Amino acid sequence: MSGGDYLAAAYLVFFLVVLAWVLIIALKLARLDRDLASLTALARRRREKAPGREEQEEQEEREEAPVG
Amino acid sequence: MSTSLRSNPAVTAASLALVLLGTAIGLIFFFTPEDVDQGISQKIFYIHVPIALTAYACFGWGAWKALLHLWKRAPGADLESYVAIHQGVIFGALTLLTGSIWAKASWDHWWVWSSRQLVLFLVLFLFYAAYFMLRFSVEPGPARANLSAVYALFGVALIPVSFLAIRLAQDFVHPVVFKSSGPAMTGSMFATFCVAWAGMLALAATFYHVELAGKRLDTHVRELRALLERP
Repeated sequence: MSGGDYLAAAYLVFFLVVLAWVLIIALKLARLDRDLASLTALARRRREKAPGREEQEEQEEREEAPVG
Repeated sequence: MSTSLRSNPAVTAASLALVLLGTAIGLIFFFTPEDVDQGISQKIFYIHVPIALTAYACFGWGAWKALLHLWKRAPGADLESYVAIHQGVIFGALTLLTGSIWAKASWDHWWVWSSRQLVLFLVLFLFYAAYFMLRFSVEPGPARANLSAVYALFGVALIPVSFLAIRLAQDFVHPVVFKSSGPAMTGSMFATFCVAWAGMLALAATFYHVELAGKRLDTHVRELRALLERP
């Protein structure tokens, strides 16, 4: 291998490591996105199951809020 | 700078890294002269040394955050220390890889065990790689944070030893570029080196802020799940 080949190899290694890092971060973001979607669905299901309790909690919050 | 850039350090760091590394690549291949002794393979210097110095900077930053955790109990300092050391290990691995390629090109050996500079850097890298084994062998909590912080602080003592080994050991294998009389290179080479180093630091800052944001998001998601799954 010539000097130019080693130079190209060194810069390629650097580029590939940076790309690998970007890929890992992208996979983590995709997992976070899936987790948030499942949590949103879970929150919606809980809200649908207890609509009366939600209204009662909102009424209590309004009564506790300071006036003036 | 707009408020959106000010409030998002990752975007700022990434923009800086793009500009600086782009400029550095241009300077390396179209501006700096070829070395008389090593020829074109000498240009590996412009990424290898900045990467090594950036690894030192990441370990130093991790140690600083560890000190803040132990001394001031700064919230989030433990996570910031962990992320900084993680970045240091990534850049440390890159240093060893690019250094081996340059060693093969210059000395026809991928590694030279007789070089104390190389061996001490490897020791530093392995020390911080072991940080993760220690950290994840302990249950999450104050004990893990304190243990990790103490370990990170011990490691920082290896940084100046590794950096100065080249001068202390009179090692004739690894070249000495930055001498007490000044850098042993032309003005154009030194300017290119500085731009490349600034770009590497900006790249490390980008990785750091993105990973930190990801880990904080992960913590919030776990907390949200625990709250929602509570009966």
